Amino acid sequence: MANEIIGGDVVLAADGTPLKASLNKAMRKNRIRALLLVTPLFLFIVFSFLIPIVEMTFRSVDNWQVGTLMPKTTTALAGWDGKALPDEPVFAALIQDLQAGAKAREIGKVGTRLNYEKSGLRGMITRSGKKSLKVKEGPYKEKILKMHKKWKDLETWTVIKRNTAPYTMGYYLNAVDMKYDKSGEIVMRDENRRIYGKLFLRTFAISMAITLICVMLAYPIAYLLATLPLRYSNLLMIFVLLPFWTSLLVRTTAWIVMLQSQGVLNDLFVFFGLVSDDNRLQLIYNLTGTIVAMTHILLPFMVLPLYSVMKTISPSYMCAALSLGANPMVAFIRVYMPQTLSGIVAGSILVFILSIGYYITPALVGGTDGTLISNQIAYHMQKSLNWGLAGALGALLLSSVLALYLIYNKIVGVDNMRFG
Amino acid sequence: MSELQEPLVRFIEVQKSYDGEILVVKNLNLDVARGEFLTMLGPSGSGKTTCLMMLAGFEPATHGEITLEGNPINNVAPHKRGIGMVFQNYALFPHMTVFENLAFPLKVRRMGRSDIEAKVKRVLDMVQLHDFAERRPSQLSGGQQQRVAVARALVFEPQLVLMDEPLGALDKQLREQMQYEIKHIHESLGVTVVYVTHDQSEALTMSNRVAVFNDGIIQQLATPDVLYEKPDNAFCAQFIGENNKLIGTVKDKSGNNCIVDIPGSGIVHALDVNAGNIGGATSLSLRPERVEIDPSEGKYPNVFEGKVKELIYLGDHIRTRVNVCGHDDFIVKVPNISDHASLVKGHPVKVGWRADDCRALDVYQEP
Ligand SMILES: Nc1ncnc2c1ncn2[C@@H]1O[C@H](COP(=O)(O)OP(=O)(O)O)[C@@H](O)[C@H]1O
Ligand SMILES: [Mg+2]
Repeated sequence: MANEIIGGDVVLAADGTPLKASLNKAMRKNRIRALLLVTPLFLFIVFSFLIPIVEMTFRSVDNWQVGTLMPKTTTALAGWDGKALPDEPVFAALIQDLQAGAKAREIGKVGTRLNYEKSGLRGMITRSGKKSLKVKEGPYKEKILKMHKKWKDLETWTVIKRNTAPYTMGYYLNAVDMKYDKSGEIVMRDENRRIYGKLFLRTFAISMAITLICVMLAYPIAYLLATLPLRYSNLLMIFVLLPFWTSLLVRTTAWIVMLQSQGVLNDLFVFFGLVSDDNRLQLIYNLTGTIVAMTHILLPFMVLPLYSVMKTISPSYMCAALSLGANPMVAFIRVYMPQTLSGIVAGSILVFILSIGYYITPALVGGTDGTLISNQIAYHMQKSLNWGLAGALGALLLSSVLALYLIYNKIVGVDNMRFG
Repeated sequence: MSELQEPLVRFIEVQKSYDGEILVVKNLNLDVARGEFLTMLGPSGSGKTTCLMMLAGFEPATHGEITLEGNPINNVAPHKRGIGMVFQNYALFPHMTVFENLAFPLKVRRMGRSDIEAKVKRVLDMVQLHDFAERRPSQLSGGQQQRVAVARALVFEPQLVLMDEPLGALDKQLREQMQYEIKHIHESLGVTVVYVTHDQSEALTMSNRVAVFNDGIIQQLATPDVLYEKPDNAFCAQFIGENNKLIGTVKDKSGNNCIVDIPGSGIVHALDVNAGNIGGATSLSLRPERVEIDPSEGKYPNVFEGKVKELIYLGDHIRTRVNVCGHDDFIVKVPNISDHASLVKGHPVKVGWRADDCRALDVYQEP
């Protein structure tokens, strides 16, 4: 207090500078130190995580192909009213673009892009590109209309015009099972062509089921771990952590060995006469396989937060509840369980978020009805090479996880959670 | 507390072992009278908590019987015993408000809403926390939490309340205040309290009777004044209050008195409490306030020459350390009265005491 002088409203330090300012100065060193400590990790995260995410999200709306590779057509189509096929000037522009694109071997990209919106357009563009090289003079409209019958279709032109815009919602519409109809209105896809909505729902449902099973399996184990004397609980902890020390692939293949129709479990069932030999249970390459294998893999992520919370709960709470007249059941439910709530929530978030984006296990043991949205994303990344759609699906997945997290946070409060 | 009444609690030849090798409680016999405030006092590890846990039902007795109102309760589950308990860390349920904590024992007894509110309000008034009903335990100070814990153990009106070092976590001033509050609650409610502490002054302040525990055995069970003035054995004499200890050999015994030879210093006349056989070793116990400096000639049978080693001024008395009978740590409390002897450090001094104030006890070996 001695060297603190009150000067007007501002509290001054001994040397006359405002106390706030000299405090800031004193803190700056600490702040710089903290900044330097986090820099390496921060840079790593920026390059390995943030930039790829931004990049993928950008791809999900990016629509450069038509505008860049067919600039003349784009300009010519700007004034088109869309009521009837365009006039000669548009076709003149189109032929130049086709010729330039075909020479540069770039025109296929336009085809691929347009094909996402309406199938058959890739063929039309590549064929016309090749043929355009032979066209020397006009009138071009007639010649182009002969190159492919789809040029006569008004919808083709609607699609091209729509995609002259540099950004598109097309991938997102696709990702939620919607599309533009002939007249350019946004509508749901036909019932039998809706894939992703169902897949999202299934992913959420499976993740929810896995989370629930994990809670039910992990709770008793964590309780045992937290209450057992140290020498036993250490041993048990090793068993819980064992999965972490084995390769994911090994664990998943082990489940294949266990669960396949000629596998250990089915052999046992047949041996004990529970099922007949020609009627073996299908336990893998379906939903069951995905749930069993993923539960096994994610269980430690539930056990650890639960254990760390339970470890801090003194046994005297239970004793107190009993001494106050609650029977052991009531004491457990009313006094013990509420105190573990933060652990349950933390574990559930962890398991749910991990399973919602899980890829390798469902890919190996999921069959057709046990695959998740991430498998579709991988398919579009690696097989169909529709990165825009993959980006849109990924962005939707990411934002739904974030939304869930925010809701959880609202209900429980992140401060109340303890991870591991 | 009439002698005719049956005791509320009886421990009958109770033994307890956790590992099957060491007896933590060895042959405990103890009666707790109705309405009594009985304290189990003893050093850490002496088995006090274990006794309380057996009474509350959280630990089974290895041998023997515990009765509550004459009924054996060895096989009664803890939640059916109806015994209130205050824990050292209070064990207030952190996810419930003060009100909910206090209502908990009433709710599990399926009491009506209005009854619950009335009773909770009554105990909250009793511990002066009416304004804190909606707070969480974490929003209370240590002393307030402690009061809630006491209130919770009392709200369902048990006839017996157990407290295991309930004030251990509080600072000295708060602890003393709470000692009086608990004492007053006990007196006004007439509830029976079995209290555990390792703090001897706490035990003396609060209790009707004190059971001194050591090594799984009750060393002495007596009222606080008897415990202080007439310790039965060397452990009690040393554990409770300040004590001068002189070790010697029993030379002779006559009636209640005995003569003890302090090697190299001479003969002490003492009260034979527990001195053992002639020729055996004994430890003499003498309270510092029962020793007089420069007594008049012939006043005491025991007078020795000593040398003042240290003087500490404590206001109401002067704590004087003297070298007497070869002991460097002989303490005398010289009352600060108008004509008290003037003492100078390093000067020789005479000290004297009565034979009856000097109790010849067994020899206690500190572990
Ligand atoms: N749950 C237990 N398991 C094994 N030994 C115990 C347990 N509780 C207490 N003990 C042992 O019993 C002895 C008495 O302990 P306790 O009754 O807690 O003593 P106090 O409460 O007097 O300090 C100690 O030696 C302690 O180590
Ligand atoms: Mg104890």
